[in-house]
Amino acid sequence: MNSGDLVSCEYGGKTHKGIFITSRDGMAVVKLSSGYNIGVPPVSCTCIESPVPTPPRTREVNKTAGLPDLSIISTGGTIASRIDYRTGSVSSQFDASDILTAIPELAQIANYRTLPLAAILSENMTPVIWQELARAIYAEIKNGAKGIIVTHGTDTMAYSAAAISFMIDTPIPIIFVGSQRSADRPSSDNAMNAVCAAAAATSDLGEVAVVMHATTNDDTCAIHRGTRVRKMHTSRRDAFQSMGLPAIGSVAFPSQAVTLAPGAVRRGTDALAIHDTLEPHCALLQFYPGMSPDILRAYECYKGLVLSGTGLGHVSTLLIPAIRELVAAGTLVVMTSQCMHGRVCDRVYDTGRDLLNAGVIEGGDMLPEVALVKLMWVLGNEKDPAKAAAMMATDLKGELNRRSAHGL
Amino acid sequence: MDYKALGLVAGIEIHQQLDTKEKLFCHCPTCLREVEEHSGEFFRYLRATESEMGEIDRAAKEEMKRDRKFLYYTYDTTCLVENDEEPPAPLNDEALAVCLTIGKMFGMTAIPQVHVMRKLVIDGSNTSGFQRTALVAVKGALPNGGEIETICLEEEAAQRVKDDHFSLDRLGIPLIEITTSPCMHTPEEVQKVAEYIGMVLRSTGKVKRGIGTIRQDVNISIASGARVEIKGVQELDLIADVVKREVRRQQTLLAIRDELRTRNASVAHATSQDVTGIFKETKSTVLKKAKRISAITLKGFAGLVGRELQPGRRLGSEMSDYAKKCGVGGIFHTDELPAYGVTAEEVAVLRSHMCAEEQDCVILVSSANEKQAACALNQVIIRAGMALSDTPVPEETRKMLEEGSTAYMRPLPGAARMYPETDVLPVVIGKDRWDAVVVPELLKHKAGRYAKDYGIDLNYALQLAASDKLPLFERAVREKIKPKLAAFTLLSAVTELRREGVEMRAVTDESYLAVWHAVEDGRAAKEAIPALLRGIAGGSTVEAALAELAPAVSRAELETVVRKIIAARSDFVKEKGKAALGPLMGLVMEEVRGSVDGKLVSEVLRKEIDAAVAGK
Repeated sequence: MNSGDLVSCEYGGKTHKGIFITSRDGMAVVKLSSGYNIGVPPVSCTCIESPVPTPPRTREVNKTAGLPDLSIISTGGTIASRIDYRTGSVSSQFDASDILTAIPELAQIANYRTLPLAAILSENMTPVIWQELARAIYAEIKNGAKGIIVTHGTDTMAYSAAAISFMIDTPIPIIFVGSQRSADRPSSDNAMNAVCAAAAATSDLGEVAVVMHATTNDDTCAIHRGTRVRKMHTSRRDAFQSMGLPAIGSVAFPSQAVTLAPGAVRRGTDALAIHDTLEPHCALLQFYPGMSPDILRAYECYKGLVLSGTGLGHVSTLLIPAIRELVAAGTLVVMTSQCMHGRVCDRVYDTGRDLLNAGVIEGGDMLPEVALVKLMWVLGNEKDPAKAAAMMATDLKGELNRRSAHGL
Repeated sequence: MDYKALGLVAGIEIHQQLDTKEKLFCHCPTCLREVEEHSGEFFRYLRATESEMGEIDRAAKEEMKRDRKFLYYTYDTTCLVENDEEPPAPLNDEALAVCLTIGKMFGMTAIPQVHVMRKLVIDGSNTSGFQRTALVAVKGALPNGGEIETICLEEEAAQRVKDDHFSLDRLGIPLIEITTSPCMHTPEEVQKVAEYIGMVLRSTGKVKRGIGTIRQDVNISIASGARVEIKGVQELDLIADVVKREVRRQQTLLAIRDELRTRNASVAHATSQDVTGIFKETKSTVLKKAKRISAITLKGFAGLVGRELQPGRRLGSEMSDYAKKCGVGGIFHTDELPAYGVTAEEVAVLRSHMCAEEQDCVILVSSANEKQAACALNQVIIRAGMALSDTPVPEETRKMLEEGSTAYMRPLPGAARMYPETDVLPVVIGKDRWDAVVVPELLKHKAGRYAKDYGIDLNYALQLAASDKLPLFERAVREKIKPKLAAFTLLSAVTELRREGVEMRAVTDESYLAVWHAVEDGRAAKEAIPALLRGIAGGSTVEAALAELAPAVSRAELETVVRKIIAARSDFVKEKGKAALGPLMGLVMEEVRGSVDGKLVSEVLRKEIDAAVAGK
């Protein structure tokens, strides 16, 4: 039996007609005419007929004169998901043109070029794909796009947004968007997020941002700077939060009105450029009490290491010799804090001062994962260790605040 | 009426909430809350999605006609799963066990691998936009020879507070759905089957009780009619009436169709016109407020739009139901005018403006704008077209109104509204699990046993078996309380106290048992039970109530009381003789405040009366 076959199953003293969906744990999963799936022993089912394959629907997208051109680059993730009959789980299968079919309102905001770059769950994202994405975005901007939308799984969206922030100097908005609740459900946040993303992509913004639900209500999306955003909840719609900086803007729904904060970089501020080299041998390591120095020594061939330390930026004194060895062997070691909020300062306690003496660079108020992405980019583009270290301590793309504002 | 000759075929779907500790897909309690207790609120929009078969369900499409925003109330007893902000927990095993028990009671076969599905429901009653449901067992038998087709385990929907506001306390309570085959042919048979299934469900002792915890949907058709599903019949007593009224509705719709055809009625040229100007000076409050009033003429429909299909329902009501899907408040039709502030002159001008002849009916709709008016009148034309088609009874889901008439809700849903709930793993029901399911005694058998073994009147026993205090009764019997005493308390005394307005929920099972033990030990009289329960319900402890309301009275003390009462009424006693017993009994009981058994009082009283009479 093949998926889609019409089958007849003898079960419970009755004949049930249905469509064979898949085999699962030794049972034949059959969708009955009532719509229910049941799992029954395969021997009880016989195939009646196989369906004639229907040709895939062609989806035409009509252009509207006078609307700006946006490019949608899809990488997969929950904004574009469908049911996988083999495993019965949700997986990313739609390409960008399917998104337009699913969310017709988008057509009133702009004309779109759609570009399926990848169809992966975001936990499978790699720095190599970040680079491909950067090149694709660069090409689209060169090609005249007035805004870019990148659809992305939410798990690692913030990493990708940070990577693109460092790799591209952009005159136009580059908006990352996803959904927290699967796109196959009527309550999904995908449609509203996508509409708000398109509104942000046609706005006066001129930087890389993440646009997602601001609250659990379907009323506002927040525009987060790509280097200051973090997924702070596993499942809520408003999982994405700006850290150490208020959101740089918002999009009201359904009005689509975009409000930008005074500090948001405006369209046209930067000239287009791409620096797409990344040093892949970089790592992020979270310290915990009792961590063995052997773990640090495992990174000896790495070019860069971000430590997510405790409090103001500490690790156990017992680790300091191993850190000194790493630095001596040429690894750039950057300290951040697992507190997420606030700035590291390794000048307050002895341990901190010892860490500085061992050659650790303070990461300021950078988020640990943003510091990692930045380190990859800095080491890919600057070979001189001293200059690279100085760049790590300098704000490049809004990732490093000079001041810690009150109330954040 | 000869329903069999009419070709009446009916089936029912029973939805019963299960009394489990936790909800079906999260670990929240299954308790209902007062709306005022809500701790927060949020709002969402819903949109229909393509199913795995690549089509949008027609019922879902219908709901999408309106751009709706739904508001939800949260409680400290609801969580992110109800908010559709967290994936569901595994299927509640306690609820599944209850379904298996019920399936076995009907002689059904369990599904070896149960799959949870998402059933599209975008009326706002489910935050996710779908209701989770699983087919658990198939093919069981009913006493009337009919069949239980399926048992499904579903999550209960959120309770509508008003309009598009919903309360999340009810969302996710496990619900068993029992579907019979279309095996019933008279209204009374439908009612009987529903009663039987209800009795089987209650026999498990694991179903919720009270208003709203059980709902019946009835599927009805007659020959040449169509299948109509009537949702949410809550009162069992109304089922037969609902069936009768639906039969009448279908018969009348068939008759209207025949008459429309004789008249050559048609909707082909019905076009909407703006008639706002005609009602500029109107006295009708509805029309006066309208931004736009539009009308169409239905050729040959005069008199039929106003014909009654069911008490309080006309063909016009059906058209109005369809039009309401576009957000308008309803329609007016010339069969009912002049009325509602619309004058005969206005009707005349309207009819002439609309080129309506005597046999034609004009439909009016007041709306906010042109788009809404066009949508509403288009719906009216669709419904009018159905009335003269080959299938004048549309296949519909209808909701019950008070007294048993019904109104249109949406088209019957198709199979396309289901797709797999991929966040919940399938559950295997192996032979061992099925074999281990214990079938409980049916309540009607239990009642028969009580009547026989305990000498309780059969009607009383049936009431007791159906009562939610049944577990307490069984416990009392186990603790050697006289069954009649417990039954009297739970059925008679408690009912009377409740009628008095006493809050009986405040009395715990333990308090009942303590009171019964006190009676059995001779520390209180049976007659004191209502007073004791009243005291306990009012906040007193069992011991305090006993001390206050049933102080121990010795036989000597009782004799003194009796003599005193007789002495005070010696003339009366002498005159009536033995017949004085009855009237004096009450006085004595009042004096001893029910703390002495009635039998003893009567014995002492009789003796003292005899003595008093003898001594004259």
